[in-house]
Amino acid sequence: MIQNITSKLTFRVAAAALMLFGGNLLGQKHVDLGEIHGNFEIDAQTYKADSLIGAPEFPEKIGNNSFMNLLYTRGKFESGVRFESYYPTLQGFTRERGAGIPYRYARYRNEKFDVTAGTFYEQFGSGMVLRAYEAWGLGFDNSLDGVRVKSEPVKGVYLTGLVGRQRNAYSNKVENLSEGIVRGFDAEWSINDSFDSLMTAKTRVKIGGSFVSRFQKDEDPVQIIPENVAAFAGRASINRSGFNLSGEYAYKYNDPSTVNNLIYKNGTGLLVQASYARKGLGVSAQVKRIDNMDFRSDRNGTFNNLTLNFLPPQTRQHSYRLPTLFPWATQPMGEWGMQAELSYNFKKDTWLGGAHGMNLSVNFSRINALSKTATLDPSDGYTSPFFPLMDSVLFQDINIELTKKFSSKFKATLSYLHFDYDQSLFHQLTGFNSSTDVSAEVQVLDMSYKLRKKHTLRMEFQHCYTKQEFGSWAMVLAEYTIAPHFFIAVFDEYNYGNAQVNKRLHYFSGLGGVNWNNYRFQIGYGRQRAGVLCVGGVCRVVPASNGISVAITGSF
Amino acid sequence: MKKFFLLSLLLAAFVGKLAAQDEVQVLPEIKVKALDGKTVSTADFANDGKPIIISFWATWCKPCILELNTIHEEYAEWVEESGVKVIAISIDDARNAPKVAPFVEGRGWEYEVYIDENSDLKRAMNVNNVPHTFLLNANKEIVWQHNSYSPGDEEELRELVKQLAETGKIDAKE
Repeated sequence: MIQNITSKLTFRVAAAALMLFGGNLLGQKHVDLGEIHGNFEIDAQTYKADSLIGAPEFPEKIGNNSFMNLLYTRGKFESGVRFESYYPTLQGFTRERGAGIPYRYARYRNEKFDVTAGTFYEQFGSGMVLRAYEAWGLGFDNSLDGVRVKSEPVKGVYLTGLVGRQRNAYSNKVENLSEGIVRGFDAEWSINDSFDSLMTAKTRVKIGGSFVSRFQKDEDPVQIIPENVAAFAGRASINRSGFNLSGEYAYKYNDPSTVNNLIYKNGTGLLVQASYARKGLGVSAQVKRIDNMDFRSDRNGTFNNLTLNFLPPQTRQHSYRLPTLFPWATQPMGEWGMQAELSYNFKKDTWLGGAHGMNLSVNFSRINALSKTATLDPSDGYTSPFFPLMDSVLFQDINIELTKKFSSKFKATLSYLHFDYDQSLFHQLTGFNSSTDVSAEVQVLDMSYKLRKKHTLRMEFQHCYTKQEFGSWAMVLAEYTIAPHFFIAVFDEYNYGNAQVNKRLHYFSGLGGVNWNNYRFQIGYGRQRAGVLCVGGVCRVVPASNGISVAITGSF
Repeated sequence: MKKFFLLSLLLAAFVGKLAAQDEVQVLPEIKVKALDGKTVSTADFANDGKPIIISFWATWCKPCILELNTIHEEYAEWVEESGVKVIAISIDDARNAPKVAPFVEGRGWEYEVYIDENSDLKRAMNVNNVPHTFLLNANKEIVWQHNSYSPGDEEELRELVKQLAETGKIDAKE
């Protein structure tokens, strides 16, 4: 009996499979089922209490942040979902514990329209009035959830309209979106692309404008708080044979919030950038003035939560470890920033260039505070003249970097950096208890030597000299790679100059891993110092920790 | 039992066939910004049917710069042997985007460079971290990809590009 059923079943399955397979073979009609692709990342870390560095007891012992994206595309249709899980959340991330699908969307595109329903990321201009983006490593995600329509009605004219609510970065559930509703519109006109005669012109001109408005109910029993807050921005850029000049001005109407201490003052932002580039030489300069430009989808939001705009920091983004001791993020309540950078390539077979050429890059950045005078009516906040207080340096960084290839086997990079900064601004973030300004000098030497085909040894020597804050540091790193699959590295950061003798600690770490084309597995063990980690202008506080970490990433 | 065995074989062949079809991913159509500010669609990326390398990078990413610098030193030879074109996609945001053009020219790179400011292309191509490098064939199908860069990786890539230019496909599936 059983045998009979099994054989009948087998027969049916076989027939069905044959029909499918055979049909496909005979008809040779390619049925387009679309494509599914995606990526994932699993980050896990074990925690061990370490009283020396102040790493607390972590009851679960292991933290874990993970996600997987699935993207389905078929012709003009596309959809995607992301599942995120935090069981429990890694230390230093403010995400709640649990799992969910905070990202899901459907999108349809044709020649004229591009419509997205669900979760999306978007940026208007330089982002001063709207930027919804995601940075997994920082635990940052302020995506919008709603509807977005993009259109190019005439060649060179790009329109974007959107409405939605924002993801609460702390939550991994779509139900916990911002209370505020966000409406936005952006138009950009690339003038050259609209006229055949200008298409190949040497001078290219672009103009654009954005409007963003937030609605949030006023539930304050005493004060009358604007329920609708509008922000505008206008921008223009001109480009001619290597020269580029661009600027954006943003304006935000009264928006009393937790961050600005419930003042009704309007906010402004100005960003001007100029650059020149030709083969072997690049120079750029930027200035920025920000005044009361913290803009969120919820007026009660703080820190990195529910931010609606992005105020680009005018400082260099460092990638070596010790220089990242001194990060900077734009002060939304007011600052003047300026920055200049030069890259120059000394050609091969010149005196400085040697046989393989040499690269020089110099960067200078400075952030000043605005001069503020409190107004008579405290709800107006303050007034501030356009120009900054020149003696109020909040942050300054001068750095120079030389990269030279000495032979086909040996390369080296040498950097010198000097920082001055007023660390009181970071007090609230890190809880450091020191009121002096910090002045620090950092040197980095990075050398890589190819031992034999595909085998490379790289060494970094870093030193930071300072009398303030944590005192001086020294660091050594050794990395051995066997291309294309294996890598192993060990490094030690030694806080030898700490004023407190019992805190002159070694932060030793070792890590290694395997790269398998689009998959990567990494395991590490070590002690991590507490500090501020800033990438892309967003900072988060990394707590001290001690333990094993595992990271698995892949895309398919 | 015999029938069952046959059936399994048939099913395996069928699933295998589907899976084989799924392997192919075509370069998605996304708008990116050229260094002169012009909006360009990835649909317009072209290289006369010769191989294209797409490399995701950022001005703050040391291994990315190392990879692009290394290829830059041998680029003329690569182009000569396979006609390959390198397209470098910067994922720098508004903080660093204005510095990309001076950065690229200051290093003398001869690549086509675009900025993916809103990370649209990065998401569409499932890039987790930079550097992430893709190799495309004449039909702009992804035939190979690699996340991260270690010195020497370029030798493997160069071989694959050569193979792709000569035979239209690559067989190193390692």
